[in-house]
Amino acid sequence: MHEAITITINGQAIEVPAGSTAAAALAMANIDAPRQSVTGTPRGPLCGMGICFECCAMIDGHRLRTCQTVCRPGMEIRTDGAT
Amino acid sequence: MAQPERFDVLVIGAGPAGIAAACAASEVASVGVVDDNPAAGGQIWRGGTPPLRDRLAARWLQRFQQAKVTRIHGTQVVARLEPGVLLTERDGQPVELRYEKLILATGAREQFLPFPGWTLPNVVGAGGLQALVKSGMPVRGKRVIVAGSGPLLLSVAAFLQQHEAIVPLVTEQAPWHRVARFGLQLPRLAPGKLLQGIAYRWALRHTRYALDCWPTTAHGTTKVEAVSLRAGQRTWTEACDILACGFGLIPNLELPGLLGCELHNDAVVVDSFQESTVPGVFCAGELTGIGGAELALTEGEIAGFSAIGEKQQAASRFAARARQRRFAQALDRAFVLRDELRNLSDDDTFICRCEDVARKRLAGFTAWRAAKLHTRCGMGPCQGRVCGPATQFIFGWEHESVRPPIFPATVDTLAHRPTNETD
Repeated sequence: MHEAITITINGQAIEVPAGSTAAAALAMANIDAPRQSVTGTPRGPLCGMGICFECCAMIDGHRLRTCQTVCRPGMEIRTDGAT
Repeated sequence: MAQPERFDVLVIGAGPAGIAAACAASEVASVGVVDDNPAAGGQIWRGGTPPLRDRLAARWLQRFQQAKVTRIHGTQVVARLEPGVLLTERDGQPVELRYEKLILATGAREQFLPFPGWTLPNVVGAGGLQALVKSGMPVRGKRVIVAGSGPLLLSVAAFLQQHEAIVPLVTEQAPWHRVARFGLQLPRLAPGKLLQGIAYRWALRHTRYALDCWPTTAHGTTKVEAVSLRAGQRTWTEACDILACGFGLIPNLELPGLLGCELHNDAVVVDSFQESTVPGVFCAGELTGIGGAELALTEGEIAGFSAIGEKQQAASRFAARARQRRFAQALDRAFVLRDELRNLSDDDTFICRCEDVARKRLAGFTAWRAAKLHTRCGMGPCQGRVCGPATQFIFGWEHESVRPPIFPATVDTLAHRPTNETD
């Protein structure tokens, strides 16, 4: 039904259905904790609607809420601290 | 910087209330609709795809698509620059939006309650999980326990099951006699909802629905693996891949608060035409009191017609609104949160998830502002949107004035000054 697009997560190419958010793409890649908190505990999405900022990751070099960011072909998501 | 955009009526929020308001006002006025989300529909109709068999949603989303309005998605309201001018941010850049009349339809978010383990990955909001799945997150084969309060839990559980999740248990904190009384009121207040509830219950006939029951601890190291639950004196632990928790909804009052609208009992005060105490600023939907999509649509239409001076059209919806509000009040009474939930967190539970402020660090403070200044509770990126309502529920802290920026913004946006239009 949906066409697939290719993005990269931490350097690895992955196909996701068009229209998926970055948060959904991370879940498809089995990344449960895209970020660490200020004291270093693992965190993943909480509110799913752009309120809590727990799902933030580096997307094309910008720190963005993955739940509010729709995947575009070639998008690069990083959760590993590399740039 | 992008040129200022100007509208007769500017609507903030493209959920049911905002959609109805925009459709009503667009008959004679130029209308802009701003939303943070990538597509219209708000949370309940997230992604602009109507839930299966939801004819109301399908009709309104189609009407909105055909309406002559300017849709401004992926855009956050940051501050008010001056009367009639809002500063917004889109892709990190400032955009000025100018208006004659403003309709706020900012909707609601979930009430989260801190308990040990609630910061573990895969402990998510109930509505939050539904939103994530609508955005493409797979849950096939995942064991999901849904916990919290309100009829949303059943609709979320049924939705998850449709997406091939395994939902062994839904827990409702309200006592059975309140839920039963609410059920008995439904045929009179909202027969459609009763049928919907029966349909959910039938779809979930293999799922246990435990009343008088709530989560006490989430267990796991790098993600949730199990949850401990309490029902009366009984406690037990269940394995799960995902724990979805929602303890009701709370209105997003940051923007009306910033604009100076009078608030009462965690809702914006409006007159019968949905106008707030700030002339020319109308409010519709959840921010005038949690009431669901049908009430939001009605209030949205009233606000839209009122904003363009069509008072008769607006008044023709008053009776429907009164009926829908009675349902909202019954809902509110049935699913009020029990006192035991105030003490779910222990000393080491983070209350503020942005700044990792544990409960013991908040002991001794008697007000939100002092706690913020001394511990940074509520000072992180979410700006207290999660821990603010939690501390209000746990400690009874009242929330004071709202200050700009109401949303994290880039330096470019913060440095923006109003455009002088004679330039």
